[in-house]
Amino acid sequence: MFRKSLTLSQKKQLYGLLFVAPLILGLVLLFLLPLIQSFRFSLSTIRLVEGGFAVDYKGWSNYGSLFTTNPDYPRKLTESVVNMVVNVPIIIIFSLFAAVLLNQKFRGRALARAIFFLPVILASAAIANLDISSFVGGSTLSGSSGESGGGMLQSFELKKMLTESGLAPVFVDYITGAVDRIYEIISSSGVQILIFLAGLQSISPALYEASRIEGATGYEIFWKVTFPMMTPLILTNTVYSIIDSFSRNSINALISETAFKSFEFGQSAAMSWVYFAVVTAILGISTAIISRKVFYYD
Amino acid sequence: MKSPAAYADIIQYRFNPLEKSKLWLWKAVRTVMIVGFCFIILFPLFLRLSVAFRSKADIYDPTVLWIPRHFTLDNIKIAMEATQYFPALLNTFLISAGTTIVQLASCALAAYAFARLKFRGSGLLFGLVIFTIVVPPQTIMIPLYLTYRYFDLFGLIKLFTGKSSLNLIDTFWPFLISSATAMGLKNGLYIYIFRQFFRGIPKEIEESAFVDGAGVLRTFYRIMLPNAVPAIVTVVLFSFVWQWNDSYYVSLFLSKVKVLSTQLMDMGSALGKEPDLVYQSMLLNTGVLLLTAPLIILYLFVQRYFVESVERTGIVG
Repeated sequence: MFRKSLTLSQKKQLYGLLFVAPLILGLVLLFLLPLIQSFRFSLSTIRLVEGGFAVDYKGWSNYGSLFTTNPDYPRKLTESVVNMVVNVPIIIIFSLFAAVLLNQKFRGRALARAIFFLPVILASAAIANLDISSFVGGSTLSGSSGESGGGMLQSFELKKMLTESGLAPVFVDYITGAVDRIYEIISSSGVQILIFLAGLQSISPALYEASRIEGATGYEIFWKVTFPMMTPLILTNTVYSIIDSFSRNSINALISETAFKSFEFGQSAAMSWVYFAVVTAILGISTAIISRKVFYYD
Repeated sequence: MKSPAAYADIIQYRFNPLEKSKLWLWKAVRTVMIVGFCFIILFPLFLRLSVAFRSKADIYDPTVLWIPRHFTLDNIKIAMEATQYFPALLNTFLISAGTTIVQLASCALAAYAFARLKFRGSGLLFGLVIFTIVVPPQTIMIPLYLTYRYFDLFGLIKLFTGKSSLNLIDTFWPFLISSATAMGLKNGLYIYIFRQFFRGIPKEIEESAFVDGAGVLRTFYRIMLPNAVPAIVTVVLFSFVWQWNDSYYVSLFLSKVKVLSTQLMDMGSALGKEPDLVYQSMLLNTGVLLLTAPLIILYLFVQRYFVESVERTGIVG
C-alpha cells in the first residue's frame, strides 16, 4: 500500500480549488445561469402557472416595444446616462481635490477625515428617495429656508460673475450646476476620496524631495508629480463612480416596477439588458480614453 | 533626522516673508474650504436632529431656528410606531451581521486562493469575479428572484424530499446563501480588496510557516488573517453598512419580513392619516434619523480605526 503524497504546489492548487469552491458554485448558480436565463426571458413572455412558470419564445419584440411603445423607458434611459456623464467628472475632480486637502498636515485632520467619510455611512437609496431637505427647505421651517435662500443667491452671483468673465454659457451652467448639487456630489464621493487618499500615501516622498531640490513650486509639483502618479487611480475611480451611479438612478425603479407591479418579466429583462449594454459601452469608451493618458510608474 | 531638503524648506518658510505670507494664505484658504465642506456634510444631519425634537407648534414658529422651544419626544414615538422600530431593527441587525460574517469568510478564502494558491483557470475565474461587479444587479434580478422562489439545487431537493421546490422568499436564506457563495451585495469588490492586500503580504512569512510544518489552512488563519486586519476592518464596515442601507435586495427577497430600509419607504403610507404634510415630512425625517442612528453610533466608535485601515489597505489599481 504505497501512495505517493502530493507535492506542496499540488497541495496548494488543491486547497485553492477548495477555497474557491463556494465561489464557483455561487458564480454558476447565482450569476451565470441567471444571466443566461435573463437573456432568454428578454426574448420571451413569461406566464406564471401552477407550481412554476412558463416561458414562451417571441423573438426580439420586447426590445422593439421598448423604444416604440413604452412611454417612460427612452426618456429615463437618456436621463440617467446624461446624469452619469455630467456627474462622474465632477465627482472625480472633487474627490481628488478633497483627498489632496485631507492628505496635508493640519490641526484637526483626524476629525475632518472622519466627517468626510460620513457620507459613506449615510449614502443610501432609501434616504435619497425621501431627501427631506427640499421639502422642509421649501416650507415654513425657518431653519432651512434661510439657508436655501442663501444658496440660491450665491450661485446666482457666481453665475453672473462667470458669464461676465466671458466663459461660454455651457461651462457656466455646468459649474453653477455643480455648486448647486454640492451635497449630492460630496455624498457620492466618499469611497473615491478613500481610494485617492490611499494612493497619495503610497507616493514615495523621495519624488517630492527631488522636485523640491530642483526648485519646483507646489503648483508644479502637483501637476508633474502627484497628478501623473494618480492617473491609474483616476481610471479605477471613474469605473467605480460609473458603476456606483447604477445604484441610484430612476431607471432601476422602472425596471423593478415593470417586473413586480405589472408582472411583465420579459419586458423588464429586455430593459435591463439594454441598460447593461449602454453602461458597458460607456465604461468601455471612458476606459479607452483615460487609459491612453494613464502613467504607470514601474 | 530630517533630510537636507526638508531643512531648506523650513528655513525658507521661516525667513522669507513672501513664502511666509503664501503659506499663511494657503492655510487660511484650506481651513475655510475644509470647514465649509464639513458644514455641508453635517448640516442635513444637524437639521434632522433639530427637527426630530420639535413639537408641532414649533414648525410654524419662525423664531425657532435650531433649538426647539417645545422639546418633545412625540415624533420619535410616532415614527417608531409607524415603522415597528424594534422588530425591524432586530431583523436588520440579524441580516447585516449574519451576511457580514459569512461574506467575510467566503470572500477572504476565495481572495487568498486568487492571491497565493494559483490553480489552472484561476485567472479566468478572477476575471469573472470582476465581471460580476460590472453587471448591474437589475440584469439578473428576475431570474434570481425565481431561483429563490422555486429553489431547487440542480434538482437535488426534488430527489431527496419529493417536493418540487422550496420557497425561500421571506426567509433569511437568500441572503445567507448569496453571501456564503460570495455572490452577495458587492462581494466582487471585497474579494478584490482582500486579494490586493494578501498580495502585499511578503511571501517569506508564509513560506516560513510552511517550513515549520503548518498546513495551508493553518497558514491562512494563523498567519495571513492576523496580518490582514486593516482589510478585514474595511470589508466588515463596508459590508455591514451597505447591507444595512440596502433596500434593493431586501425589497426583492422580503415582503412580509420587515426591515428598516423597506419600512422607511413604506412609512409615507403608514402615516397616511396625518393631514399636515409638513408634519408628515418631519416624521419621515425622524424615521431617516432612526434608520441611521445605530450606524452613526457604530461609526463614532470605529471611525479612527477605519480611516487608518483604509489607508493601509492599498485599494490601489
